[in-house]
Amino acid sequence: MSKPNVIVIGGGLGGLWATLRIADAGFPVTLFSLFEVKRSHSVCAQGGINAVLDTKGQHDSIRQHIIDTIKGGEYLANQPPVKSMCEDAPGLIRTFERMGVTFSRTPEGLLDQRLFGGVKNKRTCFAGASTGQQLLYGVDQQVRRLESEGKVVKHEWWEFLSLLLDSAGVCRGIVAMDLNSLEVRAFSADAVVVASGGMGQLYAPKSTTSTNSTGAAASRCYRQGAWMANAEFFQFHPTAMMGHDKNRLMSEAARGEGGRIWVPKTPGDRRPPKTIPEAERFYFLEEFFPAYGNTVARDEAARAIWTVTRQMGLGIGGDGGDRVYLDLTHLDAAFIGSRLGAILEIYRKFAGVDPMTEPMEIFPAAHYGMGGLWVDFERSADGGIQPESPRNHATNIPGLYACGECDYAYHGANRLGANSLLSASYSGRVAGEAVVSYLKGLASDRGPLSPEIPQAEVVRQQAINADLMQAEGADTPYLIQKELGALMTGKVGVVRSNPELESALGELQVLRERLSKARLGESSTWANQSLAFARQLGDMIELAGVVTRGALARDECRGAHYKPAFRIPIPEGRFAGDPEFEAYRDRWHANNAQWLKTTIAEHTEDGPRLSYREVDLSVYAPTEPRDYR
Amino acid sequence: MTEQPIHLRIRRQDRPDTAPYWQEFAILGHSDHNIVSLLMALRENPVTISGERVDPIVWEHNCMEEVCGSCAMLINGVPRPSCSALVADLDQPIRLEPLPKFPVVRDLLVDRRRIDQGLKQVKAWIKIDGVWDTHEGAPRIGPDAWAADYLYSRCMSCGCCMAACPQFGPHSSFIGPAPLAQARLMNAHPTGRYDKTERLHAIMAEGGLSDCGNAQNCVRVCPKEIPLTTAIGELGRQTTVQLLKDLFGPR
Ligand SMILES: Cc1cc2nc3c(=O)[nH]c(=O)nc-3n(C[C@H](O)[C@H](O)[C@H](O)COP(=O)(O)OP(=O)(O)OC[C@H]3O[C@@H](n4cnc5c(N)ncnc54)[C@H](O)[C@@H]3O)c2cc1C
Ligand code: SF4
Ligand code: SF4
Ligand code: FES
Repeated sequence: MSKPNVIVIGGGLGGLWATLRIADAGFPVTLFSLFEVKRSHSVCAQGGINAVLDTKGQHDSIRQHIIDTIKGGEYLANQPPVKSMCEDAPGLIRTFERMGVTFSRTPEGLLDQRLFGGVKNKRTCFAGASTGQQLLYGVDQQVRRLESEGKVVKHEWWEFLSLLLDSAGVCRGIVAMDLNSLEVRAFSADAVVVASGGMGQLYAPKSTTSTNSTGAAASRCYRQGAWMANAEFFQFHPTAMMGHDKNRLMSEAARGEGGRIWVPKTPGDRRPPKTIPEAERFYFLEEFFPAYGNTVARDEAARAIWTVTRQMGLGIGGDGGDRVYLDLTHLDAAFIGSRLGAILEIYRKFAGVDPMTEPMEIFPAAHYGMGGLWVDFERSADGGIQPESPRNHATNIPGLYACGECDYAYHGANRLGANSLLSASYSGRVAGEAVVSYLKGLASDRGPLSPEIPQAEVVRQQAINADLMQAEGADTPYLIQKELGALMTGKVGVVRSNPELESALGELQVLRERLSKARLGESSTWANQSLAFARQLGDMIELAGVVTRGALARDECRGAHYKPAFRIPIPEGRFAGDPEFEAYRDRWHANNAQWLKTTIAEHTEDGPRLSYREVDLSVYAPTEPRDYR
Repeated sequence: MTEQPIHLRIRRQDRPDTAPYWQEFAILGHSDHNIVSLLMALRENPVTISGERVDPIVWEHNCMEEVCGSCAMLINGVPRPSCSALVADLDQPIRLEPLPKFPVVRDLLVDRRRIDQGLKQVKAWIKIDGVWDTHEGAPRIGPDAWAADYLYSRCMSCGCCMAACPQFGPHSSFIGPAPLAQARLMNAHPTGRYDKTERLHAIMAEGGLSDCGNAQNCVRVCPKEIPLTTAIGELGRQTTVQLLKDLFGPR
């Protein structure tokens, strides 16, 4: 038998880490990406990556990082992987550092750390305000080195279309399309890792993500039998600036470094912000959450902005007044310049206004899908995950692994800021190690994939292309995507209700039908971007159905999923020990008994079939409700 | 804000080997539109000024916040990322052309793999033993050294500097400014400096540093304000020292 080989789909942080680990272990890797891997969405991350180094005299501890992650996610994350991730974070930072990542330094030349949302300690390592870019380049350079040594082959400008499953349902390769020649080809492999990133484009243009973050690749795996988990949890980042094409993120770091959020106390106050006196400003996060203030967890901040703008009518900006100020003007310009340069530049470049002299106008935008492909883990004796177990990051399809933003692990119901660069890197490494173990355990007499399977799949995929190219309907896919984004933002957004979710499901069905009759508007057989886009859109609508269906079924408020009709409010001014607070805690426990569960969605012809699984709570039992006051 | 017609002249090309041609479009937009958002609006309804329905324009974009480097093109004759090019700042008609010096794939989409080759040529990486934790603390790097290196670590391989460089292109083997600047960055790293000699030899060879005519075009167009000519100057000094070492140093 020739040496087992691996296909990795995706060249963001997750995919590149997996590639490094597998190639390091001596197995050949073929890496697929929609474009040069350097352009992957991971470069967009600004704020930083969490790891407890405890260099700020705050007695920070890994245990506290674990608890912040678990509580931040409202207990929905399986705890052993969270434990191992937090324990390994300092080592990962050291490895990145060795790769040459230019982390920001203290005056002593040590790694600097800053404050991020949902946390009280300075725990976030950063490289100016372009951390994701620097981390991605670190691993990109290593992969390029291995490529020059012949251990990795890159297929950039290729799109993964479907999995090749053998008669036993084991993943044995993929079918992919050359985005220039539109050639559809089968590639066999002994294991496949999907690291295709997030699905923020379901909410386009009111999303902070890159245009390629469509979730289409994960959706394709789902259609072929991989489970999706917790898809209803979608994080809306509280502070983004509006644009026609996308909402650009103003990193949480802006608040971590002392930025303050406010609105004028008087509705419709049209004065320029700098002329509004302190006493007439409403610093609502500081009032609502005195302990955390402006760095409260993202879901809380996003909803507070929602409350202040939609319910109290205090928003600024002409159209509906849905914005609030993010103010840095009181901070030291030189300090802020060196720590937030990249985001200040973005605001200056895209809004034409200098945030050093004028408060920024921001509002919540779709940012991160907490849910994704379901992945397994093996618990170790010490309560973390078993190193190198082939079960880690394995999907329910044997031979198929998932890592990075396209899997569902680590974040639970809400993501702690600066934890996803960590999870993408960590999970990439773990998935890589798991794949190596899987390959070592493969039976040596496993026969080759019977050739009819790839042949039939290539023909099927070519037929899909041909159908799309010939369709002569009324709408173009670009228009349909716009409607998808508006529908999801309006009805499956920050605040949800069952009647709206019901109607969203109906509208998704209509969009699906319209897409099946859409017209591409071009028939070129060379670099036809409309074709690739139309295909992705179909997969996005499928995924939107899973998100919506999961949200409809989950009658509670948990992290990034919020239904006011099922809210259990914390009694105001009451704390642990007060009878009212204890009564609240009882209701909270009762709700957990019903809903503290992982949603699993399985594809069927009639839409997703939902079921629920227990969460592994073995590290830190859910005794304390989340309370950021 | 009211919408106004924006006049675009776009150079198109159907395939790598076919002839380019021009098309004109008028599209309603706001002054705070950028070129990427205009092109996105245009692909919903690609009709030329003379009313002809044409194929949607092909171009590359991802992040739309000037960090992935994918969307660079020639805008009114200047190489720059199109996502951060605001319509309000541009003279009309706005002329869009593919980034020069790189092979055209289709319309405004070009193949910039040559940058990647350059990065391989100069070994723009830190050679590490493996991706595991060595349990060693990070080397200390002073804030000044950090600030100088950080500038170079923001290069997004957009290719604008290469497009502007008179020495770089299909006519020459010159590696171009961006990979050179990365050699400067890697040579400065506490571990990267172990491979400094190899990197310097790579840029002392054909297509290397000596092909730079010092026209300074590169540094003027870099959207990330990377001090390319400073890097080239520093590398010049490093190669001079290396040359002497090669001649007289211990064998
Ligand atoms: C604006 C912004 C700022 C952020 N800031 C932070 C931060 O400060 N800290 C933090 O921790 N997190 C942050 N995040 C989140 C973090 O950046 C992402 O979660 C993470 O980078 C995802 O990495 P990934 O490897 O999973 O995917 P990506 O980097 O998105 O990579 C996906 C890869 O998959 C490939 N791909 C996709 N589909 C296919 C297909 N069909 N065929 C072939 N290839 C395919 C793409 O080509 C790409 O290479 C931020 C996110 C946003 C939107
Ligand atoms: S200075 Fe050198 S690299 Fe820069 S544009 Fe001129 S010739 Fe090109
Ligand atoms: S140096 Fe500047 S212009 Fe050149 S590729 Fe890098 S970012 Fe682009
Ligand atoms: S789209 Fe990424 S730089 Fe313009």
